[in-house]
Amino acid sequence: MSILEAIRSAIFEEMERDERVMVLGMDVGRLGGVFRVTRGLMDRFGSERVVDTPLAEGAIIGSSIGLAIGGMIPIAEIQFLGFTQQAFHQIGPQLARCRFRSRGRFHAQVTIRAPFGGGARTPEFHPDSIEAMFSQAPGLKVVCPAFPDDAKGLLLTAIRDPDPVLFLEPQRIYRRIRGEVPVGDQPVPFGRSRLVREGSDLLLIAWSAAVHMCMEAADRLAEEGAAVGVLDLRTLVPLDVDGLVEAFRTSGKAIIVHEAALTGGFGAEIAATLQQEAFRSMDAPIQRVAARDSPYPPGALEDHFLPSVERILKAARASLAF
Amino acid sequence: MKKRTVAAMPSSNGDAAAQILGADGVLSGQCPMTREQVVESLRWMLLSRAIDERLIKLQRMGRIALYGPVYGQEAAVVGSSMALDPRTDWIVPASREQPAMLRHGLPLVRLFARYMGRIDHATIPLDVNLLPRQEAIGAQLPQAVGLAWAMKIRRVESVVMVYFGDGASSEGDFHEACNLAGLMRVPVVFVLINNQYAISTPVQKQTAASNFAVRAAGYGFPGVAVDGNDVLAVFAACSAAAKQALAGAGPTLVECKTYRLGFHNTSDNPKEYRDDSEVAAAMKRDPIERVRRFATQSGWWSAELEAKSVAQIAHDIDEAQHAVEALPRPGPAAIFEHVYATPTDRLKRQRAETLGPDAASTDD
Repeated sequence: MSILEAIRSAIFEEMERDERVMVLGMDVGRLGGVFRVTRGLMDRFGSERVVDTPLAEGAIIGSSIGLAIGGMIPIAEIQFLGFTQQAFHQIGPQLARCRFRSRGRFHAQVTIRAPFGGGARTPEFHPDSIEAMFSQAPGLKVVCPAFPDDAKGLLLTAIRDPDPVLFLEPQRIYRRIRGEVPVGDQPVPFGRSRLVREGSDLLLIAWSAAVHMCMEAADRLAEEGAAVGVLDLRTLVPLDVDGLVEAFRTSGKAIIVHEAALTGGFGAEIAATLQQEAFRSMDAPIQRVAARDSPYPPGALEDHFLPSVERILKAARASLAF
Repeated sequence: MKKRTVAAMPSSNGDAAAQILGADGVLSGQCPMTREQVVESLRWMLLSRAIDERLIKLQRMGRIALYGPVYGQEAAVVGSSMALDPRTDWIVPASREQPAMLRHGLPLVRLFARYMGRIDHATIPLDVNLLPRQEAIGAQLPQAVGLAWAMKIRRVESVVMVYFGDGASSEGDFHEACNLAGLMRVPVVFVLINNQYAISTPVQKQTAASNFAVRAAGYGFPGVAVDGNDVLAVFAACSAAAKQALAGAGPTLVECKTYRLGFHNTSDNPKEYRDDSEVAAAMKRDPIERVRRFATQSGWWSAELEAKSVAQIAHDIDEAQHAVEALPRPGPAAIFEHVYATPTDRLKRQRAETLGPDAASTDD
C-alpha cells in the first residue's frame, strides 16, 4: 500500500466507525483532492460529510473549530502546507489554544492534513517545509509520517485525539514509498520515534520524506564500512526525548536532516535537546543538513537548495572521522 | 421546516437605519416586545451600565488590569441577545457583550472572576451555550459559522449569534465567514455593532461603503441596518433573522448603528481623537433613557421601580465582587493546565521544574 492509500484508508475507516467524522477542504469532494487522497469518499459518505469548501484557508480552519465545538470531528485538508500561512491566525492562536483559552470548557478535535516537502518541482509556496512554525503553537500536535504503516496508524490516532493535530504528508513519496500496512484497527501512538535502521557508528535523525534520504545515505555508508542508524521521529510534538537520547547514545554522533531552512529549523531543537540530555555521550559535534536559508527557489534550482544524499555523506564522513 | 416569519423585520431603505422607538421615547408602529420583555431589557441595560461603572472604578484603583465598557451600546447588545433562546441558541461574542453573556446564562460572579483574574473560576458553565470572549478581532466569525454548520448537519434546532464590530468587518475573516455562511446556508445571525470607532479609527476610515448592511448582498443573504440605540428595532431585526435561520433560510447580517459613548478600554483616551460636541450629541440618543421614557409612559416602569432595580443591581454586583475577592488567585500550575487533554512529557517536566517534583499532577 502507498502512503497515499494508507491515508485514504485511515480516513475511510474513521468515517465508517464514527459518523461525526467529516472531511472538508478545497477540491476534496468530487475530485478527491488535488492528489486524490479523498477520492471515493464523497460517493460513500455523501456531500454533507465530504465537503468542497470555497477557496479560503482561514475559513476552512476557523469553521473546523466551530464544527468541533458543535459536535463534529473535522478532518480539514489544506491543499499544501505552505498555504496554512493563509490560515495561521486560525491555527496557532485559535485552534491550538481552544482548550487553554476556555480553561478546558471547550476543545477542538480537529485534524489538519497538509502535503508538503520538495523535490517534486512544484510551484512557489507548494513545497515549503514550515513545520517548525507549528512547534511554536502550544496546544497543537505535529505529526509527520514517512512510511505507509505510520501514515495510517498515526492518522487514526490524530483523528481520535481530543486535541488538534497537524498531519504532514510527504507529497514527493505519496505514491513512491510502498509498504505493508497492518490490517485492522492499529493506531500508532504519538511521541514514540522509530529506529528504522540500527547502526553503532553514527545516527541520522529525520522525519517525513527526509527519512528516506537518510536510508539511502546509510546504505552508501555501509558500503564504506560504517554502521549508520536512522531514527524517524514520527512526531515533532510531542517529541520522544527518551527515544532520541537512547538512539543517540549508541554512537554519540548524530546528524539531523530536514527539508526546512537551517536557521530556526526543528533540527536546532533536536541538537539543543541532545546536548542537554546526553552531553556525556557526545562524541562529535552534532551537525545539521538542512535546506539553505533562502526563500524556496524555482524547481530547477531546488536540488541546490534542499539537503541531498551527497551532503549527508559529506557530513557523515566528517562525523565518522571525528 | 418551520414556517418563515418575516413580519417583524424592520425595513431599511438605503442608508436609513430602521427605528421603532425614537430617541424621545415615542413608539412608531407596533411594539415587538411584550411588557415583560421591555422591562427585562431595561433591567439588563441598567445592570450593564452598573457593571461598567464598577469595573472602571476597580481598574482605576489598580485592582483589575483592563476593561472595555459597553457604555452606549447597551440596546444593541441586549436587544439582539433577547431574540435568542439560551437553552438552544449560541452566542459567539467579540469582547464587549457583557449583558448578552449574562442574559444567556453566564453567572455574574464568573464575569467578575474573568476581569479580576480568577481564570479558573471564570469558566463558562457546561450548560451555557456561549464561547469565550475573542481578543483577536474577527477571528470568532468563521468559528461561529462552523458552529452553526454543525447544528445544521446534526439537525439541531439552534441559532448561532455572532458579534463583531465595524473594525472587524475589514478583516479577511469577515469576508471568508460570510461567504462560507451564505454558501452553506447555516443558521447564523451576524450582529455587527457599528459603534463608529475601532479604537480611534472612525468608520469613514474603515470603509468606503455607505453602510455595512449592504455588504450582505454580496454574499447572497439579507442585510439590514437598524438604529442600534433602539432596543425594539434591534430585537425585531434579530428575532426575524433568528426565525429565518431556524427556518433553514440561512444567515442575516444585522448592522446595529450605535455609538461608543465611553473609551475603547481603560487605557484609551477618546478626547485625543474626537470632539466633546460629538459625544454630547450622541448622549442625546442614549439607548437607556428612551426605554425608560417609553416604559414609564406605558405605565410599566416608575422612579420607584427603578430605584428598587438599581438597589438590587448594586447588591448583586457587591455580592459578585466580594465572592470573587475571596477566591484564590491562580498559581503557576495554571500555566500547565488545559494545554492538552493529557500533558506532553515536556510539559510535565516543565511543570515539575516550576512547582517542584512533589507537586501533584492535575491532568484534566
